[in-house]
Amino acid sequence: MNKQVESPKGRIIKSRHVKLGTKNKKGQTFTDVNEMFFEAERTASFLTGSEVIREAIKRASVGMSIAYPITPQSEAAALIGELYAEGYLDDYFRGESEFAVMSQCAGAAFGGMRVFTTTAGPGTLRAMENFSMWAGSRLPIQVCVTMRGVNSPLSIQPDTLELSYLLESGMLLWHAETAQDLYDFILKGFIVAEQPDVHLPIAVCCDGFFVTHTKDTVELTPEDLCLTPYDPYKSPVPCMDMECPPIRMMRDPFVMKSNYISYSTHASWQQEVRAAIERSRKHTAALIGGLIDVENNDRDILIVSSGTAVSQGREAIRLLEEEGIKVGLVKIKTIRPFPHEEVREAVKNAKHIFVPEFNMAGWLAREIKSVINDNDRVICGPQVAGGMTLPSEVIVEEIKKYLGIKVGSLAGRGS
Amino acid sequence: MSFETLRPSPALKEFLPVEYKDLVDHGPYGKNKKVSDMGQFKEVLEEHPMCAGCAMTLFIRLMFIGLPNPEHTIMVGTAGCGRLAISQASVPFIYGNYGDTNAVASGLKRGLELRYPNQFKDVVVAAGDGGLVDIGFQGLMHSWFRHEKFTTIMLDNEVYGNTGGQESGMTNHGKVLKMAPRGKMGEKMDVIGLAKVAKLDYIARVVPTNPARVARTVRRAVLVAREFGATYVQAYTSCNIEYSIPTPEVMKDAFEVENERYGFEEIISDRAKAYLDEIEKKEKQAKKAKK
Ligand SMILES: Cc1ncc(C[n+]2csc(CCOP(=O)(O)OP(=O)(O)O)c2C)c(N)n1
Ligand code: SF4
Ligand SMILES: [Mg+2]
Repeated sequence: MNKQVESPKGRIIKSRHVKLGTKNKKGQTFTDVNEMFFEAERTASFLTGSEVIREAIKRASVGMSIAYPITPQSEAAALIGELYAEGYLDDYFRGESEFAVMSQCAGAAFGGMRVFTTTAGPGTLRAMENFSMWAGSRLPIQVCVTMRGVNSPLSIQPDTLELSYLLESGMLLWHAETAQDLYDFILKGFIVAEQPDVHLPIAVCCDGFFVTHTKDTVELTPEDLCLTPYDPYKSPVPCMDMECPPIRMMRDPFVMKSNYISYSTHASWQQEVRAAIERSRKHTAALIGGLIDVENNDRDILIVSSGTAVSQGREAIRLLEEEGIKVGLVKIKTIRPFPHEEVREAVKNAKHIFVPEFNMAGWLAREIKSVINDNDRVICGPQVAGGMTLPSEVIVEEIKKYLGIKVGSLAGRGS
Repeated sequence: MSFETLRPSPALKEFLPVEYKDLVDHGPYGKNKKVSDMGQFKEVLEEHPMCAGCAMTLFIRLMFIGLPNPEHTIMVGTAGCGRLAISQASVPFIYGNYGDTNAVASGLKRGLELRYPNQFKDVVVAAGDGGLVDIGFQGLMHSWFRHEKFTTIMLDNEVYGNTGGQESGMTNHGKVLKMAPRGKMGEKMDVIGLAKVAKLDYIARVVPTNPARVARTVRRAVLVAREFGATYVQAYTSCNIEYSIPTPEVMKDAFEVENERYGFEEIISDRAKAYLDEIEKKEKQAKKAKK
């Protein structure tokens, strides 16, 4: 457990789905994920994050998607509806609440479908009970979480607090920095989540508005290639379609009896879910090129972060460089599994580790502190929340202040 | 289900537990067993940890006999007493979260219809009154107004049995139960009325006093759901523990409640009636031909 995973050149095991190489009803060819991402030619397109979600789902061979409106994911969810109307998905509808939507997703996944949905902020919290149920039931559903503020006070603005609620849900949690990450993570996420030795739900998270509502250049895979479909018979637990021998089977939390066997079954099942998260590392590293990205980590000062805070950190590093202050960068791509060893190794020579975040809890700083040696090296922040932006200058100021370099006050921030 | 999946290879058979062998040789799969056959075939449900004398267990046992095709049925349940028995049956059982049944069943049924366009896969929700009309009300209503193609069976014991006797939406007005220390405030919710408003094609209210009728009601509800959309069966299944009904008097109570306020009622749309008549006529003819 928790061993560093090399990013293998060998890639992920090739799909052997019977439909590989055949065409779907839209004329797309079912293609192995390795070929799609590492061999096929890419085309640059200038798209919003919501459109990027649509483009990924268009190529994802999703059976069913269920939607519910909440900013900032409503547009993406509606665009998926348009894909359904065009025949790219088999079924799509609006559920009656996020709790219902996630339950409907569970039903469809129990029945052997590849399922995708999107939510955000209050929707994530409304749906919460389902996420651990999905994990416990080993349903490889993908939810794209376009993170926004959580009540109260009401906010629809970007804020990554909700990710901290998901940390112990048993789901795989990936955090996209850019629209390109989002595109790649959605498609690759299905493949990792559905591996027989993983078979867990995945939340592909991105920072609402900053990623969903801005335009960026994204290298898309060919439109006429799509992922090989989900194979429910590769699931480590039986598909609930009554096509297996009808021995007493239930996919249920084991609370049916109050005795030692049921306690111990429940405990070992929780361990197994966590072990399955760890087993996803090898597939993930192969597909997304390691769980972290590192730039100049031989420097004394490092910025370690995830999501769009990484982009802000990168710009801060450029500004600091102009003043002769050298700072390195560690970008964390997967929050679960958390890249314990990778982070420990990447920061081993750093003297000061800054963790900028778009939330008040500082959950990422806490995660980092919990796995590295000498964790008083970690400076939690700067942190902004509730839709506040995180200008690179603020990160620059924080670092300089810490180093004892005099800084002028930034407009609008007081002093 | 492909019966090939059910049947073990001959060389393996002797190593299988006797329960499984019985299920293969004498089970109800593909055989259309009736209440009158009870005692002569292996039922899908044979043991359960529910209270002795609980009327819900009787209903559940009959409900399983009523399933037209147990070999192609998936049960969806939730927290509550009923799942203790339903989950022990040789029919797959899904339990997600409390009160999510009709949302789960909506996704499941749609998924199965897409995956098996040439084979009916029956989805049946069997859940408590609290699970359906209190915490699960929104999902229940929306599945009905969307006319999702599955059957909902309410195990109406008029109380939260599993959590020790709290008042529910289906409790009668004035009844003192836990969390209603001054008696239930509102009326018992008229869920049959709501089902009518949603224009379900098959609605029934039943008390397990007549076993053959229970099985027939469930069977009709499942058959109509396949063809036309949501159907509803509301069954009075007394909780002898929380209502202090002495075990030997459980059936007496059932007859009394049936006579006073829970009479058998079937509300069938014209198209569903024509469809059921056709099926039942054919079955009668087949039976006659056999004789
Ligand atoms: C979200 C959630 N809230 C509450 C519970 C506790 N709970 C378990 S069973 C139950 C009551 C069941 O009552 P009912 O649905 O009428 O079924 P019965 O036991 O009477 O058959 C409750 C409240 C739960 N499991 N989950
Ligand atoms: S508590 Fe009531 S409903 Fe539950 S098993 Fe016992 S008698 Fe039946
Ligand atoms: Mg009840």
